[in-house]
Amino acid sequence: MHRTKVRVVEDALDANNTIASANRGDFDRSDVTVVNLMSAPGAGKTTLLERGLEGLAEEGLRVGVLEGDVQGSFDADRLSVLHIPVVQLNTDNGFGGECHLDANMVRSALPAVPLAELDVLIVENVGNLVCPAEFRIGEDSRIMVCSVTEGEDKPLKYPLMFRACELVVINKVDLLEHLDFDVDRLEANIRQVNHHATVMRVSAKTGEGVEEFRTWLKDLPARVAAEAAHDHEHHDHADHEHAPA
Amino acid sequence: MHEFDLSSAIVATVNKHAEGRRVTHVTLRIGRLRQVVKDTLEFYLAIVGKDTPCEGATLEIIDVPAVLVCDTCQNEWQIEIPAFICGTCGPGAVEVKTGEEFMVESIEVEDEEDAACTAPR
Repeated sequence: MHRTKVRVVEDALDANNTIASANRGDFDRSDVTVVNLMSAPGAGKTTLLERGLEGLAEEGLRVGVLEGDVQGSFDADRLSVLHIPVVQLNTDNGFGGECHLDANMVRSALPAVPLAELDVLIVENVGNLVCPAEFRIGEDSRIMVCSVTEGEDKPLKYPLMFRACELVVINKVDLLEHLDFDVDRLEANIRQVNHHATVMRVSAKTGEGVEEFRTWLKDLPARVAAEAAHDHEHHDHADHEHAPA
Repeated sequence: MHEFDLSSAIVATVNKHAEGRRVTHVTLRIGRLRQVVKDTLEFYLAIVGKDTPCEGATLEIIDVPAVLVCDTCQNEWQIEIPAFICGTCGPGAVEVKTGEEFMVESIEVEDEEDAACTAPR
């Protein structure tokens, strides 16, 4: 036997990213803007959706939810009162499943999602501050929900997650008066790892700040389209510069 | 905790490039910002790689430092903690130059010796 060194130089997550691109192609063809919604378990993702998506169809935004969960359909059941398309995606094998959604899991659920009837699809990821940040699913935008019961230092402990998102929703601010929690320090820590992110203070329970979240969501498709057009223009320009004279 | 999933991704990439040959050594290039715990990754790689071409392969990890560039002053510096702020310009846009890598750099595989000569003529 003789040993050969093989140069690989490949991102180990390429396989996932390839499927994510295929998902993205399907989303683009149906003109659907896709959001990857992430948080620690219990931060209030589902409550935010219950409150934040109510009546959005009447305001001109057709939203659907792909509900990722380790087990059960509790969250999907909660959202069923909204009368919007909700598709349950379990990562479970009977005794608890994956701690995150990856591109392939989302792809397997897509046939059940009525993309043609939607403007925005929100993919509610499994509650976890680590793994979901690693796996793109073909999304246009990422939202992270963190709650004021979690500790101000979380952005510094989970920078991968906090750096990955465009919007950070600080939830459960109705509890602030009962807690020894410095929300300004949390916001400063978010800024330290992610200067670009929009930060909102919300109580999905009382409704405080929820209107701001709804507005952000309603503006999202136009914002994503504008960014895509800008990138495209930039790309064309770069191509032009490199074109042979 | 993400090391298990990352191990699966690495094993899949390695075995794809091994094309059925036994893998004896794997070199990875991993950026500091990936928050990968090496011992844990090595532990899971042994489990995930079992009964595949990379079972028993030795592992080498090239550690890539986290280097940032300030969009405003173009200053470059290395960070040891997650502080993405330019010391000169203060809060503002900074780019990650290195530190986000998660690559399979190379593998070493066993080849049939003089495979060309043993081929039927």
